[in-house]
Amino acid sequence: MKYEAVIGLEVHAQLQTNTKIFCGCETAFGEEANTRTCPVCIGMPGVLPVLNRKAIEYIIKTGLATNCRINAYSRFARKNYFYPDLPKGYQISQYELPVCEHGFVEIVVDGAVKRIGLTRIHLEEDAGKNLHTSESGASLVDLNRAGTPLMEIVSEPDIRTPDEAAEYLKKVRSILRYIEVSDADMEKGNFRCDINVSLRPVGAKEFGTRAEVKNVNSFKFVQKALEYEIKRQAQVLDEGGKVIQETRLFDSNKGVTFSMRSKEEAHDYRYFPEPDLVPVATAEEVIENIRKTIPELPDAKRERFVREHGLPEYDADMLTQSRAMAAYFEETVKLAGQPKVVSNWMMGELWRLLNADNKEIENSPVKPERLAGMIRLIDAGTISTKIAKTVFDEMYKSGKDAETVVKEQGLTQVSDTGAIEQIISDVVKANPGQHADYKAGKEKLFGFFVGQVMKASKGKANPEMVNELLKKKLSE
Amino acid sequence: MKITKKEVEHVAKLGRLELSDQETDKLTSQLSNILTYVEKLNELDTKSIEPTAHILDIKNVMRDDVAMPSLPQEKALANAPDKAAGHYKVPKIIE
Repeated sequence: MKYEAVIGLEVHAQLQTNTKIFCGCETAFGEEANTRTCPVCIGMPGVLPVLNRKAIEYIIKTGLATNCRINAYSRFARKNYFYPDLPKGYQISQYELPVCEHGFVEIVVDGAVKRIGLTRIHLEEDAGKNLHTSESGASLVDLNRAGTPLMEIVSEPDIRTPDEAAEYLKKVRSILRYIEVSDADMEKGNFRCDINVSLRPVGAKEFGTRAEVKNVNSFKFVQKALEYEIKRQAQVLDEGGKVIQETRLFDSNKGVTFSMRSKEEAHDYRYFPEPDLVPVATAEEVIENIRKTIPELPDAKRERFVREHGLPEYDADMLTQSRAMAAYFEETVKLAGQPKVVSNWMMGELWRLLNADNKEIENSPVKPERLAGMIRLIDAGTISTKIAKTVFDEMYKSGKDAETVVKEQGLTQVSDTGAIEQIISDVVKANPGQHADYKAGKEKLFGFFVGQVMKASKGKANPEMVNELLKKKLSE
Repeated sequence: MKITKKEVEHVAKLGRLELSDQETDKLTSQLSNILTYVEKLNELDTKSIEPTAHILDIKNVMRDDVAMPSLPQEKALANAPDKAAGHYKVPKIIE
């Protein structure tokens, strides 16, 4: 049977506050174990949590950037379960009355815009970290991370394919970075994803039974885990079986999901209102002030790049994935014009070199004014586009500007008619056979002659002039 | 409201409480009595009353995002029954 997947994602994003959500301990990554804790975050009796104002600001900012309704009244709840990394025996989270509800983000699939609904965004505290040592019979616990502020962003089951899931995650990450509430760094575990997926026969309205895949930590793994789950569930259904509602884990080495049997016992979190924290009531005025701090978001920027710079959707989408990238593009265009040319250089040579070095565009050795300078040299006919690639590589390696590189390496384009005619004459003389064949009608050989001339000029001859002068000479 | 023995066993398990058969029986009847007593509240008409989010009429108690000193590692671990290499040491978590 043909099935359709119904996918919903839960993203946990760490907020980039200086301190934890309910105490003054610094949020730290890679510090010595258990050196960033206090009586509040290790759950000593008699302590009281106090909410970090910045965490509320950041989640409201996120809600506004994702078209959510900001609830005027919000409160916290206790989620009860036992695990060694959870010192209090409960996690402070939100259940009823989360801070944000009913939003959406837009993704581009196959050139069309699709809206993915957001059910809610709520605040909660992170747990500590368990280390499983080789020593048998013991695990070690580090509570530095306990109490770090997290936002849980829950999507509606609007996603249908692994590709859409990846696009959705990219968009959410991009928005969080634009509004500077989370670095969304997956490697550090600051952006984690739980997947809910079920299948139903194409055309059916009812949802099937879903499986949950917990804690998938890269976009690629989310796609792989989904591809596997869709195949697995389809097979179960085709064989007349039933999908079991359960929690599974993804094994990235084997590319498979497997049942998390140890947690098979049904979840019963017994949520109840957190008595240690008072409700949050956000005034309209406060929300409006936060709204003013939101910069132009990726979707608006993408639309503007298409409209103002005449870029294709694809280019505009790629260039607006980060604010730094978009700023680099606009700065270069301001100096050199020609948006599509700038886009080509950025998405071609620049990305290739940055990726090879694992560098962010902020740290590019070639700054916008340098790239603009090189494009101006191409415009002026000083260098050809082909030579420009060599020049760009050298600019990237040495940090010098285009003019210096061209001068030092003698890469100036030869646009002198006499000089080019001389090279052409030599090349034609050296290949009398090909010349005769060409004249006899083998016009394909024109490319051969162009190649020989460019080679003889070390790539420096002006290609347009070579074409023109060569045609003249060969027909003599 | 009656509570079943099975429900008491379930709640005990969630709370990691080990109960003897006698204790379970006793608690089943006691909890049933408590729930029946509390059930009286259902007789009140609360249609026009906003759900209570907190018993105190205060809101928006927050702190600025400013770092305060944390405990030194020895102090944080001082009450731990077992420790190793600057960590709390716990029975192995079955994965």
